[in-house]
Amino acid sequence: MELDLFVSILTITVRAGTSLVFATLGEIITERAGILNLGVEGMMIMGAVTAFAAAFHSGSAVVGLLVALAVGGLLALIHAFLTISLRADQTVSGLALTIFGSGLASFLGQRLGPAGSPLVGQVGPRFEKVIVPVLADIPGLGPVLFRQDALVYAMYVLVPLAWFIMYKTRPGLHLRAIGESPHTADAMGVNVIGLRYLYTVLGGMLVGLGGAHLSLAYTPGWTENLTSGRGWIAIALVIFATWNPARAVLGALLFGGVNAIQFRLQAAGTTIPAAFLNMLPYAFTIIVLVLITWWEAFRKRVGAPAALGLPYMREERT
Amino acid sequence: MLTLKLEKRLVPSRSMAYLVPVISFVLALLFGAVLLTLAGANPWRTYQAMLEGAFGTPTQWAAGDFYNLTETLVKAIPLMLCGLGVSIAFRMLFWNIGAEGQLVMGGFAAGGTALWLPQLAPELPGWLYLPLMLVVGMLAGAIWALVPALLKAYLRVNEIITTLMLNYIAILWLQHLYYGPWKDPQGYGFPGTAQFVEAAWLPRLIGRVHWGLIFALVAAFVIWLVLGRTRWGYEIRLIGENVSAARYAGVNIARNIVLVAALSGGLAGLAGMAEVAGISHRLQQGLAVGYGFTAIIVAWLARLNPFGVILVSVLLAALLVGGDQIQIVMRLPASMALVLQGAILFFMLGGNIFTRYRLRLTR
Repeated sequence: MELDLFVSILTITVRAGTSLVFATLGEIITERAGILNLGVEGMMIMGAVTAFAAAFHSGSAVVGLLVALAVGGLLALIHAFLTISLRADQTVSGLALTIFGSGLASFLGQRLGPAGSPLVGQVGPRFEKVIVPVLADIPGLGPVLFRQDALVYAMYVLVPLAWFIMYKTRPGLHLRAIGESPHTADAMGVNVIGLRYLYTVLGGMLVGLGGAHLSLAYTPGWTENLTSGRGWIAIALVIFATWNPARAVLGALLFGGVNAIQFRLQAAGTTIPAAFLNMLPYAFTIIVLVLITWWEAFRKRVGAPAALGLPYMREERT
Repeated sequence: MLTLKLEKRLVPSRSMAYLVPVISFVLALLFGAVLLTLAGANPWRTYQAMLEGAFGTPTQWAAGDFYNLTETLVKAIPLMLCGLGVSIAFRMLFWNIGAEGQLVMGGFAAGGTALWLPQLAPELPGWLYLPLMLVVGMLAGAIWALVPALLKAYLRVNEIITTLMLNYIAILWLQHLYYGPWKDPQGYGFPGTAQFVEAAWLPRLIGRVHWGLIFALVAAFVIWLVLGRTRWGYEIRLIGENVSAARYAGVNIARNIVLVAALSGGLAGLAGMAEVAGISHRLQQGLAVGYGFTAIIVAWLARLNPFGVILVSVLLAALLVGGDQIQIVMRLPASMALVLQGAILFFMLGGNIFTRYRLRLTR
């Protein structure tokens, strides 16, 4: 009984953390390239609504997934164009993206249902649980890790891949270089502008994927404010992860765990008012952020890419 | 061959600084028209409905009916106060994204005062209610902004995330109160507190437009004075333009972050106080409807100028009221207003390049 409860909490932890892993990974890649994109919440919620709408109308969750990737990438492209080519303030552009995305998602959610009706309450295709043979039977870990949906498995592949590319390959070196010292990278013949575009869009696609996991697997369907701040939590997790994909998983799972405990307590009929349970992830974000900032300062480390948030102008050396 | 080239201006263009927001507004409307057409709506009729919803029609005006116009002003009040608060924080690059939560906490504290004062101090004269609520509301907003400010000033914790997270906590807290312990027992199960005593109602000027408008105008003037005419204002602008120069000049950055954040949150808290005391007269759903987020756009469109904030607030309030209107008469989502807001900001951010650069045709 005790073990069952533990396994069930951990299973929800992984499921709840998956969307955060994708979003955090996407933002890490973008920020590593020197671009701060605060539009994660907007891209994520747009990914969620378009993924569900596309899956609903096409009858295929995979189509929904592809649409979310495209939408996340397109929205990130707006941010890339404004901040890289037009040298707009990255903070404000990201905030604009979040406001725009949240508004558009709400608009679309009310129009993209059958015959222009709202999407809320509709049931569509979803990513079902896929039980991995043999592995799923490992006591304890099996059910937690290998009785999940396909997107969770995609996460298992993507995170080590991202880590490997970022730290062990030449493209990864270039990615880190354009975020740390774009002028040096440029002098070495790296296409700073092109790569910043590439990684901003790639990051947006991953964030869109995170949104898709919410509406196609975690809580299938569409409701207003579906993401409820997960995009912002992802931005906090980037700092927690010190821009390292491997540590992002740890942080996202921590938050998945908070969600799981919240679920469990609610299901067990606790006397703690729901509002306080719902506050947990947000309060937890603040506490984690304070602790990690204090800890990194204590160790005299600067985790952020040195050129993060600064526009790159070839003709104006700073 | 002729090519277009961007050339840096020696001084930012003043005319472009005013022109870009106007053109951005027009381009955003064009973008919205495309979206509306795709959504199967007639953009021309939609915009007409929004315009009439926000300002009324000449026939209504002739009949002495200014309801729509005053409703736009009603929505402009919290935008003005939050916009002023946000813009002074943005001046020194303290990214206060938490005006929404600070507004809610201001409303909570002012509302709590109005609800409990009659029982706690029955002999208190009625005229003291509003000043007390004002102070308490501003204090609550200021405290809600102080937490991120202190964390930023002394531990360098990212304020964008902390201010934003505190929004969610404030909103959940207020919901908890009016759904739970503060719910009106005579409210027929309706989520909301009992109505405040009349001494706690903010006087109205015209229609539902209340004294909050005067608070906002006074605040704009005071901020303009502080920014342009005082040493403190000079320090704030200096920090925003060049932190290291400010530090060399001996400006205490941490202290300024704390003071400016308190002022910023206090103004948002005042907006919350004015909303509950001037409009709803109770704590209920509908206090946190996104004014704090729209205020970010207000501040940016106004280029952080206090009088600009007043003007832009009316414009964006018109968008919000117009959005509600198309929801009622055309069954189009009111979130169209949010889409337009975001689009305006996008175009303005893109267009800003023309204030700093000029396009040159070169051979």
